[in-house]
Amino acid sequence: MADYKIGPGYVHGYEVSPKDKNNTKRAYKDLGVTFCGIPMKNPIVAASGTFGNGPEYADYLDLSHEVGAISIKGLTPKGRPGNAGTRVAETPSGMLNCIGLENPGAEAFVETVLPTLASYDVPLFANVSAGTVDEFGYMAETLSVPGIAAIEVNISCPNVKNEGLAFGVDAKVAAQVAAEVRKRTTLPVIMKLSPNVTNIVEIAKAVVDAGADALSLINTLLGMAIDIRTKRPILGNLYGGLSGPAIKPVALRMVHQVARAVDVPIIGMGGIMTGTDAVEFMMAGADIVSVGTATVVDPRAIGRIAEEMHEYCEKEKIEHVSDITDTLQV
Amino acid sequence: MSGYVELGRVVENEQIGSDVWCMVVYAPKQAKEAKVGQFCDVRVAMGTMPLLRRPISYAGFNAQEGTITLLYRVVGKGTELMTQLSVDDTIDCLGPLGNGFTIPKRVLLVGGGVGIAPMVCASNHLPEGTKATVLLGFRNKEEAFWADLFKQDKVDVHITTDDGSLGTKGFPTAVLPSLCANTKFDSILVCGPTPMMKGVAQVAHELGLSCQVSLENRMGCGTGGCLGCAVDGQDGRRYKVCMDGPVFDSEEVGF
Ligand SMILES: Cc1cc2nc3c(=O)[nH]c(=O)nc-3n(C[C@H](O)[C@H](O)[C@H](O)COP(=O)(O)OP(=O)(O)OC[C@H]3O[C@@H](n4cnc5c(N)ncnc54)[C@H](O)[C@@H]3O)c2cc1C
Ligand SMILES: Cc1cc2nc3c(=O)[nH]c(=O)nc-3n(C[C@H](O)[C@H](O)[C@H](O)COP(=O)(O)O)c2cc1C
Ligand code: FES
Repeated sequence: MADYKIGPGYVHGYEVSPKDKNNTKRAYKDLGVTFCGIPMKNPIVAASGTFGNGPEYADYLDLSHEVGAISIKGLTPKGRPGNAGTRVAETPSGMLNCIGLENPGAEAFVETVLPTLASYDVPLFANVSAGTVDEFGYMAETLSVPGIAAIEVNISCPNVKNEGLAFGVDAKVAAQVAAEVRKRTTLPVIMKLSPNVTNIVEIAKAVVDAGADALSLINTLLGMAIDIRTKRPILGNLYGGLSGPAIKPVALRMVHQVARAVDVPIIGMGGIMTGTDAVEFMMAGADIVSVGTATVVDPRAIGRIAEEMHEYCEKEKIEHVSDITDTLQV
Repeated sequence: MSGYVELGRVVENEQIGSDVWCMVVYAPKQAKEAKVGQFCDVRVAMGTMPLLRRPISYAGFNAQEGTITLLYRVVGKGTELMTQLSVDDTIDCLGPLGNGFTIPKRVLLVGGGVGIAPMVCASNHLPEGTKATVLLGFRNKEEAFWADLFKQDKVDVHITTDDGSLGTKGFPTAVLPSLCANTKFDSILVCGPTPMMKGVAQVAHELGLSCQVSLENRMGCGTGGCLGCAVDGQDGRRYKVCMDGPVFDSEEVGF
């Protein structure tokens, strides 16, 4: 990417993580947003599955000031060990993963992990997956506890055989999930859409009609990688989810299409590595953005991208970051 | 543990063997905090190709000079790009990551291929009063340069080669029993190809010796966020190689 820029504070031989507490970054006034009634210090959500539970990054980022919200690694009704074999593969400007939703299970999460997050002043989104419509309802209920700000419903995870995939590709089924979750929680319901569909607008409309408060898109694109030397797939699970800069144009297009078709706020994601990328998503219609693979590459990515968005606002004399949303001129 | 994102400055980058290079980087925070067996996650290019960082063990660190040393084998596009860096170029290093070895009083260091890198590090950073013996496994005598990386006046270096062109013919496992019969080691540290680590762990088990292995799983983030590096624990749990490892007790994980 031509405009890739080394973030502020990066100088030779000088470390930039707030492990050195003097280096704690500030929150910017022009970046503060309210999303579904949730106040956020900046418009960047740490994408589910790329930020551990959060504390893993407390030495790299000031979680209470530099991160808008954290979407927790996908939770399921019962704990899952995840997939065996190789789980990640690098591809041109992207990566494939088939983690297989490794997680401790909803109840164990609430009992043991959630309390460790209490000391950070950052909204948490519970990212949930399940095997049946009813189980999605159970997940929403179980995770509607103090400390959780919203439920993000993963109807799209392509890694889990017959699970995520089935819900996200059928507008009727997706709407059933949205309705069930809506019924069983008072928290904002964010439906996370799959890009592995023919018509994403149809699915978006269906889940909004069923009661979704917001949408997040896109999840990973199903892909594969082959090692010609061993004549085998690189991933242990054969297929995996593609993320990173490689999927950005697809994600942008989908965010733009969906934003024009529905009236709920949108979290845009897919390959955001820089402040410029984030601004593009907002111009296309996203209210806030989410950053995943960039964190895999650089644990400080979210703080750097926030800083770059702030610089953009200053330079363009934009009073508030929200003013960027939907400003694309066609 | 978590590391530092340091934009290091290349101090030296030289070929030391047919496909092996040695890079010294000025990265003072890591140089000060690094421990033997930990690794550095290197971003070889600032763009998006290649995208992911490359995990490389510390082959050395020098707190006074603020430098870390990486010994790497060119195997693909990332390591190939590393060879193109010159003195004073910038390289983004994230570290120190992982847990590191526990070094007892009497230790046997076993290495094969680039797995020798952390053993060079161990031999140069032995705790007070510790004595180390080194056992290296090569394919043939072309790999003898690895042995020169050890201060042979301080540590005893034993060599095996697959073809017998240097040292004892065979794998390191062939000479392990006699080495262990002559000296009472507290622990064996091993890093190298998986079959070699398995073999050494097996012999250690038979001799009732503790054995620490350093695993080389594919990684995503290196910082505990993506769960890309999972390994099965014998206790039924899954461990993250990047945070819980890369060093494990050989009886602790299935590898
Ligand atoms: C904890 C740890 C310590 C390591 N220490 C050293 C060292 O000191 N010296 C050294 O030469 N090598 C070391 N390796 C292996 C090194 O990371 C790989 O050789 C390197 O990533 C290959 O990158 P590439 O772009 O040249 O190869 P490519 O094959 O082009 O890489 C493609 C992708 O696969 C990954 N990959 C390929 N081979 C390996 C491998 N063997 N292990 C892990 N990931 C791999 C790469 O990181 C990259 O994401 C270590 C690996 C780990 C996990
Ligand atoms: C390693 C990894 C694990 C992921 N796990 C989840 C998950 O558990 N639930 C989910 O909804 N999305 C998951 N995702 C998808 C991301 O949240 C995000 O939607 C996608 O990666 C696109 O954004 P990016 O290009 O910024 O990474 C995962 C992505 C990666 C790379
Ligand atoms: S490599 Fe991401 S958790 Fe270990």
